[in-house]
Amino acid sequence: MAQPNYDAIIIGAGHNGLTNAAFLAKAGLDVLVLEKNDHIGGATVSRELEPGWFYSNCSYVCSLFRPEIYQALDLGRHGLEIVPLQGSVTFSQNGDYFGSYHQSDIKRREIARHSQRDADAAIRFDADLMKWCRLIRGMLLRTPPDPGSFKARDAFEFAFLLKKFYELSEAQLYEFIRFFTMSIADYLAEYFENDLILAHFSGGSIIGTGLGVYSPGTAYVLLHHAMGDVDGNVGSWGFARGGMGSVAAALASAFQSLGGTLQDSATVAKINVNDGITTGVTLTNGDVIDAKCVVSNLDAKRTFLNLMEEKDLPPKLVERAKTFKIRGSSGKLNIALDGMPEFPALPKGSPLTLGHMHFSDTLERLERAYDDWKDDRWSEDPYVDLLVPSQYDPTVAPPGKHMMSVFVQYCPVEPDGGWTSEKRDAFGKTVIDQIADYSPNFKDLLVHTEVRTPNEIENEVGLTGGNIFQGELTLDQLLFNRPFPGYAQYRGPAQGMYMCGSSNHPGGGVMGAPGANAAREILRDLKKPDVTPQDFGDD
Amino acid sequence: MTPAASPIDFTRTHAPSPFHARLLDHTITQNWATWNGYQTPRVADTVASEYFAIRSACSVMDLTPMEKYRITGPDAGDYLNRLVTRDVTKLKPGRVAYAVWCNDMGRVIDDGTIFHLSEGVYRLCAQHHQLDWLLLSSIGFDVTITKETHDVAALAVQGPTSFSVLSAAGIQGLDTLKPFGITSVDVAGIPVTVSRTGFTGDLGYELWMDPEHALDIWDIIFNVKFERGLYDIRVIGLDALEMVRIEAGFIMPGFDFNTADTAVRADFDRSPYELGLGWLVDLKKPHYTGKRALVAEHARPAKSRLIKLILDGNKVPSGSFLFDREGGENVGAVMAQTWSPILKRALALGDITLRKGQVPSELWAEIYYQKELKWKLHWAKGTVTDKPFWSHPRRSATPPHST
Repeated sequence: MAQPNYDAIIIGAGHNGLTNAAFLAKAGLDVLVLEKNDHIGGATVSRELEPGWFYSNCSYVCSLFRPEIYQALDLGRHGLEIVPLQGSVTFSQNGDYFGSYHQSDIKRREIARHSQRDADAAIRFDADLMKWCRLIRGMLLRTPPDPGSFKARDAFEFAFLLKKFYELSEAQLYEFIRFFTMSIADYLAEYFENDLILAHFSGGSIIGTGLGVYSPGTAYVLLHHAMGDVDGNVGSWGFARGGMGSVAAALASAFQSLGGTLQDSATVAKINVNDGITTGVTLTNGDVIDAKCVVSNLDAKRTFLNLMEEKDLPPKLVERAKTFKIRGSSGKLNIALDGMPEFPALPKGSPLTLGHMHFSDTLERLERAYDDWKDDRWSEDPYVDLLVPSQYDPTVAPPGKHMMSVFVQYCPVEPDGGWTSEKRDAFGKTVIDQIADYSPNFKDLLVHTEVRTPNEIENEVGLTGGNIFQGELTLDQLLFNRPFPGYAQYRGPAQGMYMCGSSNHPGGGVMGAPGANAAREILRDLKKPDVTPQDFGDD
Repeated sequence: MTPAASPIDFTRTHAPSPFHARLLDHTITQNWATWNGYQTPRVADTVASEYFAIRSACSVMDLTPMEKYRITGPDAGDYLNRLVTRDVTKLKPGRVAYAVWCNDMGRVIDDGTIFHLSEGVYRLCAQHHQLDWLLLSSIGFDVTITKETHDVAALAVQGPTSFSVLSAAGIQGLDTLKPFGITSVDVAGIPVTVSRTGFTGDLGYELWMDPEHALDIWDIIFNVKFERGLYDIRVIGLDALEMVRIEAGFIMPGFDFNTADTAVRADFDRSPYELGLGWLVDLKKPHYTGKRALVAEHARPAKSRLIKLILDGNKVPSGSFLFDREGGENVGAVMAQTWSPILKRALALGDITLRKGQVPSELWAEIYYQKELKWKLHWAKGTVTDKPFWSHPRRSATPPHST
């Protein structure tokens, strides 16, 4: 079958693929996006598995998405609305709780209820975290420099990177290097004394990682989750109204309004390379589609090991792809509820159900949960990040009914003997039992439950190992090391082949930044005007 | 895990102060601010009537929200001397000293007053939350540091007739109490600590008591007005206080400059020298936190300075940029400003970049202001002063003036 010759083909209609495609289309290119599923979104997806309820099946909050991209693609007009999420709570086993209220005066009083000193230390903690946030945020919409390169642009980028450092005082620079390599438990110990508060603030640093609260590098992961903002409120997370699928839908709408073509149920088997030059793709049905460039939204492992032939790749790259750290560690339950569950530990009318809810009240329990995962078992006593977005979002459940999203840390890529549906259900039961320990009427309200282990996430979404970040967020895989040294500028080993997924800088989380950054590099190579947005800047 | 205290009231951002019942009666505007977790009037009646209560009669303000820490133990005095930049070893029991404290880089964390209540027993009053820093700083000292913000009710009674009002209320012995002195008195059987301190630059006192007796003391004072008709006494809010504290040249950490523990950007915090508080820095006393950096800084030309500026004309330079001449080069910005009714002048505190350690020879404020919603621009020349904008002999006269 004859196919038109495109300027660019994007493999995968995840949020980064769509962001990339939209900017290429905006620059006037003829762009085709190919999606293997019959629905778009990748991990930014909302599906109605029970009539009336719309789950955010994978990603579930939206705070990192770059406002520059939102603005540049006019996503508000394409239906995207991000509503700030309000607060968080950790329940403790003794019947008490710590509430991180969204109102700052109340939050302060609640910290002081547990520790007067911690209430004051929280001020220092917030200011210090903001220092590192500023630093990292300035790098999100930039292509990382190649430290081994002598190109003028790389030297300029490297200077920018250093300047960012030097805006810190020398003492702050040393602190920053410590911060990048510390465990969250060690980092928090420099601020807080209360066990419950320590457990509460450490949770964000293990989400999605194959690391525990005592593993070096987890302090950075906290930052990765905390650096987002909703309308300037740094650290606050948001819901996409209608679920995370709204992000993909708005991006797709923007892309199509710019003249792009979106084709679902089209699985790419291979990126075609002829004599080091990319010529297009071959689909699993045998169709060949030609294009001047091909952009993979797939993770680095899948991109290089599944879509490309080893003979087209430098051997070192094949090795890097094989050893790329992309261990899945997370599961997800999406639950349709007949009503709002009660949490009797909270006083009547408490606003704390509006935010994130957790049940891990000590660092030790968090570390034990990690121990289970290292033994290829799901955590018997998992860390969960539980949200009930239907309390704010009228579009995700029928009136009076609720939709619950339960992110679960940890869940192994493959338990002993592999996954079976019985094991998957047992994993789900572990999580449901934990929630029911704190909410006696919870089980009576269950209408439908979707249980997702790394196995389902890999098979449906295509994230290797079910790793939500498309690769671990450790220093060896960040900045100019992401995904591999020498390949951090979104260009693949063949001319005209690019990568735009979260395997690339600045990594996972629904940011859109890898997609936009890759578009900038592609447009540069094609000598087209840069239509990608500049960082708003922080000052 | 020890169960924590009973749940907080999440339905309001503030807790009621011990004086709340009376504040409610007096704050006829219901124009409230939240100050350190307490509800406090921004304006109780009108700013003008409150300002002149302070400068012409007697004002009352609930000071309970101010952060208060009790510091005791064998090393309490040594600890405080290590904490702050001035020498407080000579601070005798019954005396109060104003001080600032810095981090290791010599940048100001906060300012406050040290009350030497009795031999080895101190109270530190601070603008911001300091328990974390105070405890970090206490390593190696045999001291006990307790936050007592919520355990001590405090009332500021300030103005020319404050001595007369308190004497009429039955508080004896104030005639010999000098500025920065502390005395313990008995008021109708209630123990009250009185200090001759304040944030108004005028004659005034601060009363410290058990929260349980707060309303009784309040009523005893206000009876001088309501029952006996002797003197006018008015509750004031934060807006009037802002006017008089600027007149008196007092600074507000966190408002006039970034405190070192909250500043995110490098060099956005300030040293005592840059705040014009060099007189509080003792470079000769033994080691204290920030000393090494302050010694080094003292040897260099200063980079910036918080200056007191009197503007020509009658326009108040709210948030104005400052320039070295009309339409010239930007050299800084106004951090706090007021119209001074008693001086009939526009006053400002400005943060400016120095040139080779010197204040530019001219300073101009670019003032945007509205007339009937129409925005206008005015350039006002400023004059720098080192002294408080306003002071009065009654502030320090002992025995104090009766009016």
